[in-house]
Amino acid sequence: MNKKERLVIVGAGMASGRMLEHLFETDPERFDITLFGAEPRGNYNRIMLSPVLAGEKSFDQIVTHDAAWYDAHQVECRFGETITRIDRAAKMVCSASSETPYDKLVIATGSAPFMIPVAGRDLPGVMAFRDYDDVQAMVAAARKKGAKAVVIGGGLLGLEAAAALRLYGMEVVVLHLMGHLMERQLDAAAGYLLQKELESRGIKVHCKAQTSAIVGHGRTEAVLLDDGTLYPADIVVMAVGIRPEARIATDAGLHVERGIVVDDRMLTSDPDILAIGECCEHGGICYGLVAPLYDMAKVAAKTLTGVEAAFRSIETATQLKVTGVSLYSAGDFADAPDREDIVLRNSGAGIYKRLVLKDNRIVGAVLYGETTDGAWYFDMLRKGTDVSEVRETLIFGQSRQGGASLDPMAAVAALPDDAEICGCNGVCKGKIVSAIIAKDLTSLDDVRAHTKASASCGSCTGLVEQLMTLTLGDKYNPGAVQPICGCTTLGHGDVRRLIKAKSLKTIPAVMQELEWKTSCGCAKCRPALNYYLVCDWPDEYADDYQSRFVNERVHANIQKDGTYSVVPRMWGGVTSAKELRAIADVVDKFHIPTVKVTGGQRIDMLGVRKEDLPGVWADLGRAGFISGHAYAKGLRTVKTCVGSDWCRFGTQDSTGLGIRIEKFMWGSWTPAKVKMAVSGCPRNCAEATCKDVGVICVDSGYEIHFAGAAGLDIKGTEVLGVVKTEDDALEHIVALVQMYREQAHYLERIYKWAKRVGLDEIRRQILEDPQKRKAYFDRFAFSRKFAQVDPWSERVSGKDKHEFRPMAAIGFPVVAEGAL
Amino acid sequence: MSWIAIGVTADIPLRGARCVTTPQGPIAVFRTVENRFFAIEDRCPHKGGPLSQGIVHGAQVTCPLHNWVISLETGMALGADEGSVRTFALKVEGEKLLISSEALARRTA
Repeated sequence: MNKKERLVIVGAGMASGRMLEHLFETDPERFDITLFGAEPRGNYNRIMLSPVLAGEKSFDQIVTHDAAWYDAHQVECRFGETITRIDRAAKMVCSASSETPYDKLVIATGSAPFMIPVAGRDLPGVMAFRDYDDVQAMVAAARKKGAKAVVIGGGLLGLEAAAALRLYGMEVVVLHLMGHLMERQLDAAAGYLLQKELESRGIKVHCKAQTSAIVGHGRTEAVLLDDGTLYPADIVVMAVGIRPEARIATDAGLHVERGIVVDDRMLTSDPDILAIGECCEHGGICYGLVAPLYDMAKVAAKTLTGVEAAFRSIETATQLKVTGVSLYSAGDFADAPDREDIVLRNSGAGIYKRLVLKDNRIVGAVLYGETTDGAWYFDMLRKGTDVSEVRETLIFGQSRQGGASLDPMAAVAALPDDAEICGCNGVCKGKIVSAIIAKDLTSLDDVRAHTKASASCGSCTGLVEQLMTLTLGDKYNPGAVQPICGCTTLGHGDVRRLIKAKSLKTIPAVMQELEWKTSCGCAKCRPALNYYLVCDWPDEYADDYQSRFVNERVHANIQKDGTYSVVPRMWGGVTSAKELRAIADVVDKFHIPTVKVTGGQRIDMLGVRKEDLPGVWADLGRAGFISGHAYAKGLRTVKTCVGSDWCRFGTQDSTGLGIRIEKFMWGSWTPAKVKMAVSGCPRNCAEATCKDVGVICVDSGYEIHFAGAAGLDIKGTEVLGVVKTEDDALEHIVALVQMYREQAHYLERIYKWAKRVGLDEIRRQILEDPQKRKAYFDRFAFSRKFAQVDPWSERVSGKDKHEFRPMAAIGFPVVAEGAL
Repeated sequence: MSWIAIGVTADIPLRGARCVTTPQGPIAVFRTVENRFFAIEDRCPHKGGPLSQGIVHGAQVTCPLHNWVISLETGMALGADEGSVRTFALKVEGEKLLISSEALARRTA
């Protein structure tokens, strides 16, 4: 047997993560891989830390590779272990506790924040904005009422941090050494507009600020400038820049300038050692933006597998990730004698655009306030397009060219197929359009999953959506971004995320924090919010019955004439003479007009007057019945066949498993109704293959199905996998439903949710990752403690009496008689 | 104008409703989040749904049968739907809720 080559990677960041993806796509079996990371966690999308800090995303959402992924690809992860030394002679990397041999080594140590060398910089309260620990520290500080922050550095990162901290209500001062903000990306005019915008949000901006010391007793209290200005500060965030983290390479005697010097193949001066990402230097340049780093990752993967590839420096464009600020810059816009400017200002609308031309070609573009033409300018910049023909109208944007209409869509329509849409992942227009058509993609999430476009920093989301509208026409329904209702601009996904991220635990808190536009919501958003809160905070949230649809409020189904139907639970569809007699007696006693058997193997009593409901329930309760939840967004029924107990074909006890599932899962609220079935053999008499969750018993165990539909849509189920024992089956099913409970949008059935998040993702979490599965299972088990109270017996005992009785009964008023 | 006592404010949950039966049919009495009280005919202009069973939001109620939204202040259907229900004068005296008997009578004229 051939021994595999040993590949050691130092640094578990975005560049090495992307390199591993390429490696596993092209040559997954080639290496035994060991991955070291100084942070005690795997790879996450570092450019999205600003939205995490702003509370717009949760950390989980920016994780790109979790434990299960590394596991599935057999990467040995050594997170939290810092490599201190490379022994090139022995081909080993060494940490304080271990020595690990390599055949090939990749250094991807990234960069370290530059901390300006002033007195007091070691005080507690001084932090960088570089990793998730920093974010957590900032959020903790911001929670303190009246806390003050000073951000040193008015570049991209500093401003994103400042805007986010301001959102938490902190008093924020930005200190910037240069004459205007973001001087590397913006000219003075755009810098001024940006400063005005930030000041209007209550952020103080101090340019030409020379920090002389950070002062405080035991922890930071203030920042002192050399002109004597003193800004009080509970925290000081340093965001003045980064420097390549190249120390271990320097110590190992590799060629290092500012960063670790690499050639076009990403090889360092030692042919067995590669370097990628922010730690390296190519052609005299150290890169800090994600697009070139991803290119490096691709090239390194090829080099490792012996394929020719060369890294070429590329132009990059940047956008500021501060909600509500539109800012785009690309290229070079320093003044020079051979350059010309085209400038458009509209101070009323807060728009500033500047194009820098050289030899009739765009070399730089700054757009503020109106950035839709960014991609168009950038495309011409990269291609060196001669613009002399369109020069007169160039600055007005693409929609003003050649008599085209002013439709914003026209700008996107006119882009050539090779125009880059997603800079982070290098995805061009043609690739997105052909994926939409070929794979019949209809949602933004689908397009992200299949093309990676807008899946990293997300700033091109608008462009991708325009492409979808262009390609699909009316077929594109941007469901994912549609607001829940007219009371908010946020969609279900955003609201679910923010409830968790901001720990919102009541409906008024959600409406206040997420800026609801109505005083108390509407019949669409309130039930959704109530469900999300019940699901997310099972032990803390007090269910708001006034935000529930009448069926769930009175625990029966309203009928067209205002009467109700009553369905008692028959576990697994099994009943007895005693139960049937009790039902017959109730029907007689309350003169119930219709009794019918349902599709889910239950008995439905229709036409019960509301006032009679507690009486009906009391009698049913005495026979041992509890509510069948036929009215609930919850587990309705588990339909079963008779299985191995009776059937000559039955392979397992399908009835028993159905009853067991139902007894474990009844009572918990879900985003939409959940119907299940268990069939004892593949003849499938319980029709399990069109259910939300189904089980087909086979000789070797239990085949678990999910995401079927037999209502508005008809769809066969997908197979989750086969498990051996009944216990396994229960654990998988419960975990699957809990994942659905936590992720789905209100009223979204399992098949729709599964389509949105992807079947592979569900299999990965529920089938392939035992830890995740167990965690989901445990969370369901915890929440069911609060859910498994029979609502019928509660109401028989007097709960919510007001629901079932008129407030008053009025006879004929005296004056009415004359009128009759 | 004479008034008929129908109960006390605490009988109705915030953002909730109760119904009062009368010989002419039920009347729905609402209590909004701002503690305002309204009485309207308990019969949706669309298909006769019991409005007292709907979700109360602002000064509106959404019918439980087909989601028509009715203004508690005017009795008019809101949005794209057309139709209206009768509204009745209601007054709050301390804890007590009273409904106008004249309003009841006029309904039969």
